[in-house]
Amino acid sequence: MRMLINVPETVVADGLRGMAAAHPDLSVDVDNRVVVRRDAPVEGKVGLVSGGGSGHEPLHGGFVGPGMLSAACPGEVFTSPVPDQMVRAATAVDSGAGVLFIVKNYTGDVLNFDMAAELAEDEGVRVGKVLVNDDVAVVDSLFTAGRRGTGATLFVEKIAGAAAEEGAPLERVEAIGRQVNESARSFGVALSAVTTPSKGSPTFDLPDGELELGIGIHGEPGRERRAMMTSREIADFAVNAVLEDLNPSGPVIALVNGMGATPLLELYGFNAEVQRVLAERGVAVARTLVGNYVTSLDMAGCSVTLCQVDEDLLRLWDAPVQTPALRWGR
Amino acid sequence: MLDVDFFRRWLRAAAAAVEREAGRLTELDSAIGDADHGSNLQRGFRAVTAALESEPPETPGATLILAGRQLISTVGGASGPLYGTLLRRTGKALGDSAEVTAEQLAEALGAGVAAVAQLGGAKAGDKTMIDALEPAVAALGTSFAAAATAADEGAVATVPLLARKGRASYLGERSIGHQDPGATSSALLIAALAATAGE
Repeated sequence: MRMLINVPETVVADGLRGMAAAHPDLSVDVDNRVVVRRDAPVEGKVGLVSGGGSGHEPLHGGFVGPGMLSAACPGEVFTSPVPDQMVRAATAVDSGAGVLFIVKNYTGDVLNFDMAAELAEDEGVRVGKVLVNDDVAVVDSLFTAGRRGTGATLFVEKIAGAAAEEGAPLERVEAIGRQVNESARSFGVALSAVTTPSKGSPTFDLPDGELELGIGIHGEPGRERRAMMTSREIADFAVNAVLEDLNPSGPVIALVNGMGATPLLELYGFNAEVQRVLAERGVAVARTLVGNYVTSLDMAGCSVTLCQVDEDLLRLWDAPVQTPALRWGR
Repeated sequence: MLDVDFFRRWLRAAAAAVEREAGRLTELDSAIGDADHGSNLQRGFRAVTAALESEPPETPGATLILAGRQLISTVGGASGPLYGTLLRRTGKALGDSAEVTAEQLAEALGAGVAAVAQLGGAKAGDKTMIDALEPAVAALGTSFAAAATAADEGAVATVPLLARKGRASYLGERSIGHQDPGATSSALLIAALAATAGE
């Protein structure tokens, strides 16, 4: 194991201390694991709180700031945060206009955010919730925990965040968040397994020359293993898997996301293939984002998320945002 | 009769078992989950042990409620709310008597397990904690030792099952052939109970 860490136990706290030093316009509570935009609570504005396991950086702390999240709660590596963190975040950002919880559909995240919503409401905070479940690799049935929340989380946080910044009320921000989730689908591919600091060795065995199709963002294996494919073949497979489910009738925003250990050169090359498939399928691309946004520690690989947008959603996407990892228009 | 000291000893024994078996729990979790069940429970039970030292409650019920609250506040993931709910609801069902009978504990634990099943939406055969806890509660009428055996058999019986809840459910068929880490840690909790009772 070669990791730039001290000991596994302090990885999250060490990362937060460094984040605080790099981003003075965030207020980082290292002990309680809450990242809050420094000017919170913003008068009259709905607060947006998200969170999940650490190891997916820049998700979620990197998306805290004007135009996006009000606060983020990082859990232990790949482990959902606890309700205490979420309640602390909610009370820190509530101006009286209420708070929206943005929750990825993983059992732990759902259970902890549900408990937190009850506790926050006991403290007089109105709470709305958007559940993100965009991953088409998972069969959504009564016999699974349902589709995982992955890349669409970024779209929900950005677009609902812009609506909140404009002063939309809680019900409206929540409705937009749900609309974004329903308009977005993702598919992920792993070229290597992930190594968590506490385990120190790869969490699954992926031999050289093979890849996993349909992976999640926690190092859990995917739905199928195959011999290594070219970027062109992977793009065909991933984009078609998304389109099979989404079937967009208008333009999309495309997110080509790196899982952490794949260089930008490869991601851009992969994006060229993604754009080719979309053009062949007659899907108009309104905006494209390429980079490492929803990662899985040192996993190599990528995911594709497509989000169908109308004029309103596109305007909210283009609205100014100022966070450590996403910044434009101001 | 079981007094507050019995419940403290049970939780300390459970914490010790988690320390001892953390590596194995994480190993089981790496096969079908995300390789942190052992370290997560370790963090939680260390917090339980510390809380029992610093603010020792005076009744069996309060002891379990305190422990449950510590697990919810420190573990995270799915196991935090699930184990936290198990202990909190069991503690609540015990009320504020200074001593409880084995029958009362069996009944309270039944309420705790029912609350876990409701929170997680899992039933027997889904390859979860419930597969160890339900048979354990059923066997508690006989003896603590019988409950420990039933929990252990329940955990082992998860090996051929297809996971239908939690992160392991994403693996579908590939979850078959692995013992469920949650059922395994539940069996540790019940084994600690039997050991505390001297069985």
